[in-house]
Amino acid sequence: MSKSVLMKGNEVLAEAAIRAGCTHYFGYPITPQNEIPAYMSKEMPKRGGCFLQAESEIAAINMVFGASGAGARVMTSSSSPGLSLKQEGISYLAGAELPCVVVNMMRGGPGLGGIAGSQADYFQATRGGGNGDYRTIVLAPGNVQEIADLTVQAFDLADKYRMVVMILGDGYLGQMSEPVILPEPDVKPVPKPWAVSGAKGREPNKVMSLRLTPDDYLEKHNIHLQELYKKVEGEVTQSEAYMTDDADYLIVSYGTSSRIARKAVKMLRNEGVKVGLFRPVTLWPFPMKELHDLSKKVKKVLTVEMSAGQMLEDVNIAVNGVTEVDFLGKLGGALPEANEIVKIVKSYG
Amino acid sequence: MSEELIYTRPESLRERKTHYCPGCGHGIVHKLLAEVMDELGIREETIIIAPVGCSVLIYDYINADGIEAAHGRAPAVATGVKRVHPDKIVISYQGDGDLLAIGTGETIHAANRGENISVIFVNNAIYGMTGGQMAPTTMSDQITKTTPYGRNVQDVGYPIRACEMLNTLAAPVYIERTSIHDVKNIRKTKKAIKKALQNQMDGKGYSFVEVLSTCPTNWGVAPVKAAKWVETAMVPYYPLGVFREEKETV
Ligand SMILES: Cc1ncc(C[n+]2csc(CCOP(=O)(O)OP(=O)(O)O)c2C)c(N)n1
Ligand code: SF4
Ligand SMILES: [Mg+2]
Repeated sequence: MSKSVLMKGNEVLAEAAIRAGCTHYFGYPITPQNEIPAYMSKEMPKRGGCFLQAESEIAAINMVFGASGAGARVMTSSSSPGLSLKQEGISYLAGAELPCVVVNMMRGGPGLGGIAGSQADYFQATRGGGNGDYRTIVLAPGNVQEIADLTVQAFDLADKYRMVVMILGDGYLGQMSEPVILPEPDVKPVPKPWAVSGAKGREPNKVMSLRLTPDDYLEKHNIHLQELYKKVEGEVTQSEAYMTDDADYLIVSYGTSSRIARKAVKMLRNEGVKVGLFRPVTLWPFPMKELHDLSKKVKKVLTVEMSAGQMLEDVNIAVNGVTEVDFLGKLGGALPEANEIVKIVKSYG
Repeated sequence: MSEELIYTRPESLRERKTHYCPGCGHGIVHKLLAEVMDELGIREETIIIAPVGCSVLIYDYINADGIEAAHGRAPAVATGVKRVHPDKIVISYQGDGDLLAIGTGETIHAANRGENISVIFVNNAIYGMTGGQMAPTTMSDQITKTTPYGRNVQDVGYPIRACEMLNTLAAPVYIERTSIHDVKNIRKTKKAIKKALQNQMDGKGYSFVEVLSTCPTNWGVAPVKAAKWVETAMVPYYPLGVFREEKETV
């Protein structure tokens, strides 16, 4: 059993990616995720991989497109404004069904915004900022250990479903140091007979997203994609329920804000308030059924996130009116405070 | 009487009805590329990057692995492919809008890194696929769908010379401009493409071949006249020849 080490979230992500068999990394610097390219630039050459600093996020995601189309396990990372630029490439990756891992260590927006952590890219991540009817799997780690674990999972899921998998963290999580047990290097290579590698002794492969003829080619492809997404919805939903068994109230929160919500739950429990935390780990697919079932048992649901109410929409869909949904949102990189959450929940009683 | 086979379709070219207009330069360049691939024996080693432009379906013609880039991103996609398969032959085939407008950044930086790829740049002075709008290479006073009064260089700038621009960079090993307006120049174009691919096979680095080409449809002229226009209007502004050639080291 490997022992635990103290490491920064961003560096853990990079190390876990390499251990998961990521051989190619392309990225463009942006705070607060710069430790990822720095780590990759140091480690990749030593470990037989490729690190390349691209000329822009657009170039980086299109290098990812090329490397993924060529069959590699590949990753890019950025933060919010950079993710905006990557949307074109993500749509093309989805159209061509190419697997890859895209990391967003979110910061506040809109525009250049700030460099403090934020959760204001939930819509962009789960609804997609690129064109077309596509989905990406979105994983939201809540601590540094989970960054390691979900990074490994991200590569496996990407290859399994031939999808873009996004790791949605934020500046606080990426910059935070915590003890972590790093995953054992355990690469599960997936055969990729569709990749371009030179058509030696076989028919040429075509990796593309253009589907013009026959007339229903694009329609059929979209139907296929939707079937794939349905399957993913059934197979990869993840969430955590904390102290929810006897709860009267339920806080729903993910990532950095869920850490504060968890603290608030502990404080409230000490005062005898029966409250629990529901933490979605996959933001797409969102754990609709799990949250719906829990919400039926509580008097009120409080959504806590660092945005003006983005995950709130999914919470409302999941709860579907069976109980009341309240909201605490922090804007522009501000963090919720445990005391604040405690006060709000106490006001329900 | 015995028959002698003196000409056949290259193996690297698929048997397929063309979608290109009569007199379009893309078909000629495709054929030259396929012939060169046969001659170098690299059909099964080649990965062609299709751009967005009239040649987006190049993988339907070139009988090799193909991957289609977003508009302008072919050099970045080529970079990704090449970094995974350094021993394969990676060709970025692009039009002028793709290479010099939306993809200028990708073009310059792939060249500047000296990626060991071959770029074939088909300059037809117009956006063919979208119906004939101004390209960065559209000639001064040339009439297009978006320059109905002729390209006014005071307003939208002068046509960009790609070879000259890339020739300011240190890394490229080979930069040449050719044309397909007559047989002699078509032959030279073939030689240039062959050199660009040979360089890549030899691991030398980034090669760039600009081919002055025709778009009779959007220029609104017949094929023969289009070829003439390349010679009389384009060649004087876009001089043909080798701009960069790596010195042979003994
Ligand atoms: C992002 C994006 N913007 C615009 C287009 C529309 N578009 C398709 S091809 C093209 C220009 C192609 O011109 P060129 O590169 O010169 O190729 P040609 O057709 O002349 O060979 C444009 C603007 C697109 N497909 N994608
Ligand atoms: S529109 Fe122009 S570039 Fe496109 S196929 Fe026709 S002639 Fe060729
Ligand atoms: Mg053109």
